[in-house]
Amino acid sequence: MPKYELVLLKNMMQPGYTGSLADYEKTGGYHALRNTLGKIAPTDVTTTVMKSGLRGRGGAGFPTGVKWGFLPKDYQGPRYLCCNADESEPGTFKDRQLMERDPHQLLEGIVLAGYAIGAQSAYIYIRGEMVLGSKILERAIGEARAAGYIGKNILGTGITVDVWVHRGAGAYICGEETALLESLEGKRGLPRVKPPFPATHGLYNKPTVVNNVETLANLPHILSRGPEWFASIGSPPKSTGTRVFCVSGHVKRPGNYELPMGVTIRELVFEHAGGMRSDKPLKAFIPGGASAPFLTPDHLDVKLDFESVAAAGSMLGSGGVTVMEEGTSMVWAALRLMEFFYHESCGKCSPCREGSSWLVQTMRRIMAKRGQMQDLETLTDLCKNIAGRTVCAFGDAEVSPIMSTLKHWRHEYVTLIHEAEAANLIRPESVGTRH
Amino acid sequence: MGMCSVNARSLEHPGRHLGEEKWGEKVLKEKYGKEIEEILSRYPVKRSALIPLLYLAQREHGYITEAAMTEIAGLLKLTPPQVYETATFYTMLNLKKVGTHHIQVCKSLMCALVGSDTVIGWIKTKLGIAPGETTADGLFTLTAVECLAACGTAPMMQINDDYYERLTEEKVDKILVDLRTAGTSPLKSGPYMWPESTR
Repeated sequence: MPKYELVLLKNMMQPGYTGSLADYEKTGGYHALRNTLGKIAPTDVTTTVMKSGLRGRGGAGFPTGVKWGFLPKDYQGPRYLCCNADESEPGTFKDRQLMERDPHQLLEGIVLAGYAIGAQSAYIYIRGEMVLGSKILERAIGEARAAGYIGKNILGTGITVDVWVHRGAGAYICGEETALLESLEGKRGLPRVKPPFPATHGLYNKPTVVNNVETLANLPHILSRGPEWFASIGSPPKSTGTRVFCVSGHVKRPGNYELPMGVTIRELVFEHAGGMRSDKPLKAFIPGGASAPFLTPDHLDVKLDFESVAAAGSMLGSGGVTVMEEGTSMVWAALRLMEFFYHESCGKCSPCREGSSWLVQTMRRIMAKRGQMQDLETLTDLCKNIAGRTVCAFGDAEVSPIMSTLKHWRHEYVTLIHEAEAANLIRPESVGTRH
Repeated sequence: MGMCSVNARSLEHPGRHLGEEKWGEKVLKEKYGKEIEEILSRYPVKRSALIPLLYLAQREHGYITEAAMTEIAGLLKLTPPQVYETATFYTMLNLKKVGTHHIQVCKSLMCALVGSDTVIGWIKTKLGIAPGETTADGLFTLTAVECLAACGTAPMMQINDDYYERLTEEKVDKILVDLRTAGTSPLKSGPYMWPESTR
């Protein structure tokens, strides 16, 4: 018997479940939609979601119902719903499974959210690389439209929510909600200065809500089983419901595990993901995607909920847990992530654009045993001048691998530098090459 | 905020407004007229159709030509630089020719922890090309890319539209042979589910 009840992965874990409309309906799919549209007032749907305590599953963890509540009440023009399916945070691969294996669960959530906020058009912004996912979603939208669950006059209620798939084209930054909107408008994906927030000035400058795939997929369950049920799961009152945790790295069984929020990292890694892949002990882990600072074995008993992980000095983020075994160089690991951020910096803000280049060059130099002690000050200084000084949260994210590895494993940096000094390899930096 | 930032002066300037009539390039419109109409119908503002149309152009030529960008500008009432500025931002939009099979190996930390550098090494040896290069026969291009959101099944790579996961040397060999001989490989991933049935 499974230890915990599955919610989001329940259908797809059943043998033979294909994710077709017929399969989804057999499991009670679209009941929430039938029982809500035209029967419960949109504002009451929002209140229900607020009561459930549902928080965004994309990374920031903002309360979903509160986000919806920011839309102007008396605005008569069009409003938009965007489903953020631009899953790009290294270490995260849950939305892909939710879309490819149970697309109708997401679509039902999208229609419910569209109804609650009064949006007649919804766009699923899916990362461009997920071609299969976009095809599966398009087929599912076709099925749902034919069955009257999506489109004009849904099930004869007079309510319209139409849904389209919009493919991104390879840019991590488009997971940031305002960059996503820019991209959806056909522009470069550069985050917007906030305020104004998308709730009032979003897609085409109209009131807009952007919600993550996993967030929306929770809605049918909240509406059919009630907010009290949802709020009883996890670590109430602030971290309710389950999370689909993505485990990667040096574990026996990497993959997606849906568990109530508040389980410990120890339980996730050693019970569910099968523990370490070899006899090497755990050395480090990232609890919430590449943007979350590294933690150490001392943090294994931290609970995986928003508050506990934050209190431990990191963040729950996207729920992507990456595990590293003893023997992994932390300088190398931070450099790998830094190369990612360097590649993905959109270039809008100078501290991030120039700083990421400087950071990656300094890190490469240290890793190549050409570093000097003063490089460590340079790294710290750069990080401090990037974090909090950019338009979006990317700046804070990109410094976290270096800041956290410097905090916990400074000696590894020092060792590399001492080796460089001993080998007398220090020489002026050669002309850097940008990739 | 304006939907499109063309100012009046640029529209009046004779050299800037490159409409479809003036260029007479209607390759995409003639071939994909219906599909283009359907794409445009999804959005209240034309420019939103830009990335979908760039994909269409890429499907046609394998990469996005300047002529295609000019035609798309005409279709969406944009200037060619507006199309160009978007096209150059996104890594999946190829502005130059790539091989028939574009191999993109993920090199981000999560894949690197379980051997993506080794995978890149195998492919380099087997095809005789480094990342960024194309084989002489134009069949394969190798690129090392950042995270493709398949960290639970690392190491992995994407070839054109398909993911290939949990790579081993044997598997990579078979995939390359399949692609060379049949143009497709049964080893590509289906809908993602991992772990399959541990519960």
